[in-house]
Amino acid sequence: MKKVKYRNSTSRLWLLSVAFFISCTFLSWSQEEAEQSADAEVQEEQVDEAAASGLGDPANGKSLFNSLCAACHKPYSESIGPALHGVTEKRDMQWLYQWIENSADLIASGDEEAVAIFEEYNNTPMPGFPQLSETEVNDILAYVEQPKPEPAAAVAAEGAGQESGGAQSGVSVNVILAILVFVLVMLLVVLFLVNKTLKNFAEASGVVVPEKTKRKPLWKAFIENQFLLLVTSIVVLLAVGYFAYGWFMQVGVDQSYQPIQPIHYSHKIHAGDNEIDCKYCHSSARTSKQAGIPSLNVCMNCHKTISEVAPETATAEHSKDFYDGEIAKLYDAVGWDPSTQSYSGETQPVKWVRIHNLPDFAYFNHSQHVSVGGVQCQTCHGPIQEMEVVYQDAPLTMGWCVNCHRDTKVKMEGNEYYEKIHEELSKKYGVEELTVAQMGGLECAKCHY
Amino acid sequence: MRSFFHKSIVLFLLAGLVASCADSNRPNYQFMPDMYEPVGYESYGEYDIFPGGQSAMEPVEGTVARGWKPYDYENTPDGSAQAKAELKNPLPYTEENLTEGKELYTIYCAVCHGDEGDGQGILAEREKILGVPSYDDVGRAITEGSVYHVIYYGLNSMGSYASQTDEKERWQITHYVMSLKNQLEGNPEREYEEVGPTVSPNDPDVQAAQENVGEGTVLTEEESNN
Repeated sequence: MKKVKYRNSTSRLWLLSVAFFISCTFLSWSQEEAEQSADAEVQEEQVDEAAASGLGDPANGKSLFNSLCAACHKPYSESIGPALHGVTEKRDMQWLYQWIENSADLIASGDEEAVAIFEEYNNTPMPGFPQLSETEVNDILAYVEQPKPEPAAAVAAEGAGQESGGAQSGVSVNVILAILVFVLVMLLVVLFLVNKTLKNFAEASGVVVPEKTKRKPLWKAFIENQFLLLVTSIVVLLAVGYFAYGWFMQVGVDQSYQPIQPIHYSHKIHAGDNEIDCKYCHSSARTSKQAGIPSLNVCMNCHKTISEVAPETATAEHSKDFYDGEIAKLYDAVGWDPSTQSYSGETQPVKWVRIHNLPDFAYFNHSQHVSVGGVQCQTCHGPIQEMEVVYQDAPLTMGWCVNCHRDTKVKMEGNEYYEKIHEELSKKYGVEELTVAQMGGLECAKCHY
Repeated sequence: MRSFFHKSIVLFLLAGLVASCADSNRPNYQFMPDMYEPVGYESYGEYDIFPGGQSAMEPVEGTVARGWKPYDYENTPDGSAQAKAELKNPLPYTEENLTEGKELYTIYCAVCHGDEGDGQGILAEREKILGVPSYDDVGRAITEGSVYHVIYYGLNSMGSYASQTDEKERWQITHYVMSLKNQLEGNPEREYEEVGPTVSPNDPDVQAAQENVGEGTVLTEEESNN
């Protein structure tokens, strides 16, 4: 009877611990809410301060700044043009209105301040903004004169974002799993205890458990049965043949090859979230045999201004610091100094690891498929816009190529080059739309020569 | 009986060990690598014979690639002003040029400048790249020449697109950008020009451009025939 008491205490311990874990999750939720509301308060305070400075409406200023100024100016750091925070203390308001309306006139008039700033920033002219009224300029200035938001608040917000993201997706699944595991463990414990009590009962009441009698071993019986032996050996041979064939067929096939690249470039962020066209970077896929690995100047088209990722880009696997570090690797390779906004001229190649590589005896042309055939990149490369790290999705074997050539209809509209042969061949095969195979896409010399 | 179970467990573990050797970080082994590996130098290969070990190199200085013509305007404020004032689009304004320009625009420009050219591309909407101007911006007052000049050299935050497009493609994009500007300003649409002999054959720019165009198309057809 002692045992029963013991069992009760374990179950109580389990219950207590589960209750403790659940209470913990509630605690973290309430913390997030508190942090978020604190952030909102800080922002409101900032708005109040700016309004108190009497410049204008910073909210309207923000949208104007983002659409007109942000290409060359950042509020708190140097870019193409100077940082704008504190500009109203340095310059006279009237001077600012003139400069923003038409800076070239102001420089031409020989204004000392204007000439000095023009020369300081490499004689880069600032386009005029005659469309802005003085109130709108005031709004923009109100926005840039807002005090810089505390980085601590940003970090807290980032952390909260991550936690809530994890909690939303994880809560239901994790709780269910935990409950299931708990129930299973309880069952095991109960079984074990029942077995033990039953044995104890048997011992106490003097019941003797019958001993097993010695029998002929199973393997001996098996060997003596000749028919069973024959059937088994046939099955074993077939199985060996099946697996050996499978093994031989995967030689030289690199499906799901997923090497680690020198710079962690996420196709998910670029092609997925930001919907950048594949051909933006792999531009030679349109016009040549190779899809082309973009040279680093293509990266710098955007990353000249994007030197760090937004806090919401960070995931549970990869932090914001990690992504920022990868952009820094790009800057090292291309010799870009973000503090001075200039190229040092010291470059080093990035040794990307090639993933999709056809054997040398097979010919493949990207432009033929992409431009002429209009085949989507994803047809061969898989869901590339979802890949954080790229892997080879298709086997790239000959059978795989041939299957696609048998199924794919040739894109005929707007392709005058093939018009005549299309017409003749569709008559010959009696079909409306030709497949690639019917057009000679299975001839050996098309791909092997 | 016991020993049979033990043996099967050991076998299972061994099989697991063999299976775990399949590493997704490394390419699979090849049957007869001589047939797989190229004898020639591959496009992005690393070979000692090349400067810096890279087979990917910049064009030799002083040479002009096919589909290219030297661009005479300098990448300075003066050169930019000159191009803006006098450079004209050598391609005729045809439906074909405009459709191709639109395709290229959607690939290269629309991520920032937006499908309508109003500066509201997806990167601007998601606040990744800010301050993308609309094409009808009064202060900039873009022209054919300035559009081409900026595509060629880039301007301020915008990079050069000369490495991703050739001359004909840049002029096609220019046509499309100007038509977007037209739409934004609410002007009537420009009428398509007649192609063929009606395009003034005396204009050397047009001639040169058409020769380039001709070469370009022949090249793609040859390639597609392969």
